[in-house]
Amino acid sequence: MNDFLLALAQAVAKGLLTGMVYGLMALGLSVIFGVMRVVNFAHGEMMVVGMYLAWAAFDALQVPPMLSLPAIAAVFFGAGYLLQRGLIQPFINRPEHQQFLLLLAVATLIANACLAIAGPDSLTVQLESRFDSYEMGPLVLDTVRVQAAFVALLITALLWLFFTRTRTGKAIRAAADNHMGALVVGLDVRRLYAVTFGIGAACVGAAGALMIMLVPVTPSLAPDYTLLAFVIVIVGGLGSMTGALLGGLLIGVSEAVAGLLGDPALKSMFSFGLLIVVLLLRPQGLLGRKETR
Amino acid sequence: MSARLLAGLAVLLVLLLAAPALLGGYGLSVLILVLYFAFVGQAWNIMMGFAGQLSLGHALYAGLGGYVAAGLYFHYGIGPWAGVLVAIAAAVAAGSIVGYLGFRFSLAGVYFALLTIAFAEFTRIGFDNWSWSGGSGGLFLKVERGVTDLANLRGGPVLFYYVILALAAGTFGLCHLLLQSRLGRYWLAIREDAEAAQAVGVPVLRCKMMAVMISAALTAIAGVWNAFYYNNLFPETAFSIGRSIEMTLSPIIGGLGTLGGPLIGAVVLTSLGELFTSVGDMLGIPGIKQIFYGLALLAIIMYRPAGLWPWIAKRLGLERRL
Repeated sequence: MNDFLLALAQAVAKGLLTGMVYGLMALGLSVIFGVMRVVNFAHGEMMVVGMYLAWAAFDALQVPPMLSLPAIAAVFFGAGYLLQRGLIQPFINRPEHQQFLLLLAVATLIANACLAIAGPDSLTVQLESRFDSYEMGPLVLDTVRVQAAFVALLITALLWLFFTRTRTGKAIRAAADNHMGALVVGLDVRRLYAVTFGIGAACVGAAGALMIMLVPVTPSLAPDYTLLAFVIVIVGGLGSMTGALLGGLLIGVSEAVAGLLGDPALKSMFSFGLLIVVLLLRPQGLLGRKETR
Repeated sequence: MSARLLAGLAVLLVLLLAAPALLGGYGLSVLILVLYFAFVGQAWNIMMGFAGQLSLGHALYAGLGGYVAAGLYFHYGIGPWAGVLVAIAAAVAAGSIVGYLGFRFSLAGVYFALLTIAFAEFTRIGFDNWSWSGGSGGLFLKVERGVTDLANLRGGPVLFYYVILALAAGTFGLCHLLLQSRLGRYWLAIREDAEAAQAVGVPVLRCKMMAVMISAALTAIAGVWNAFYYNNLFPETAFSIGRSIEMTLSPIIGGLGTLGGPLIGAVVLTSLGELFTSVGDMLGIPGIKQIFYGLALLAIIMYRPAGLWPWIAKRLGLERRL
């Protein structure tokens, strides 16, 4: 096989694996928006907190991110639940610019709390397995990347089961489809919203725990992740679970291929170009449904 | 406008005109910031506060304006008074493209906001790789000390103070006139209910386009002023989403869609920023300034979601919303 094609295949495989983690991150944003129509402008900041927590668990207790992940997701669920109850619920029916400013304030607080506590330097988790790799035919894949992608996919599958098989999951979808109808049949929509925000937060916290295995963390990463999550969910379709995953894969691959071609600007060019095209031609996203309200 | 209000405005204007004589260098630099944010906030307010179109990509117009005028001066020696016209043309063209695409494909709310962000980011990447504008290394204007050259906008803080004062005051007056005009009434109708406005015959698309073009033009002027005041431009900051967001804060905090809002918001936010900077320096913890700032934003949006100005205006007995 031609050298370039092999390198390209290698980059695409790497991108697909990273993209699954991106997909999980974006899924959190998508679930929150799909259900309560609030855009979480603090999403990247939450992601970074997840990365820091996993780093701290490894640094202080030598617990690898894969094992601290459930605890981090649980903490994020609780924090997200409380955040929604305390701050966001009163803003649910407020104009978009007020929601935007509220979450912008939350984002500012989170990012700078990270800066105050952890400092501006980039921190990295040095796993023992970080140089290991799997060989699949001619392709060589980093072990940690494969593991991270696998866990991301597993969590996505569990979420899908939650939303399609459990009572609470179905109730949340009902509240998303028809707010008034959900109230009429006696669903506790406020609690469902808080649970949803908790789930969205848990997704992004888990994604952070996986991401720290792949890249070092600094507080300045946060706005980039927020933008990245926006691009992914808009491209895939806000509120669509498979759309978020597809968007994550697309962005992951474009990033890896841009890295291969040696120009990181290409990735942003591609992702923002794609965003503009999708917004104009298919604003509901590649896999989204048409707006019902 | 009531007589009381006019008298108040006149006193304010006299005080502002005398400010360079009354204030020290630090005070003047803070006042310059206040007026800059009041000006650029008012420009953004036309689009969001009056016409109801949420733009989170206004850095595009400021950055484009600044780069065009600074680039013309840097490469060809063309002064900013001529350059600003080209800058306005460029920003209006960009605004027309963003606006037309967004409005024509009926993107609203968050979707429109994301489109504006995408265009600003796209332009940032373009400028990063464009050697005429200095690429990612930035564009620098020569600093000339002890010169006061109004024609080329080279000089000290006092010169820039009076320019930004004229711009802020002029825009305040312009917005007052706009709100009284037919176009202004149309904007409010569109903001409140675009479908109803369309139904009673308001030319919705044309009015929205006017809003984005006027807003982009004014923002471009702010960008030119900014470029010549700071003497440097980097794509990384000039087109950043942070720059866009900082333009939205004064009008939202002050009171969206009001004339006094951007001014009050700029006064409050800039003073808080300065206060927190000095407290932060005292404490010596990185990020502490921004934490206080975030808490202040949180408190204001939670307890005064409609902004500070409507509340203050009521207290002062100014019945009509300014």
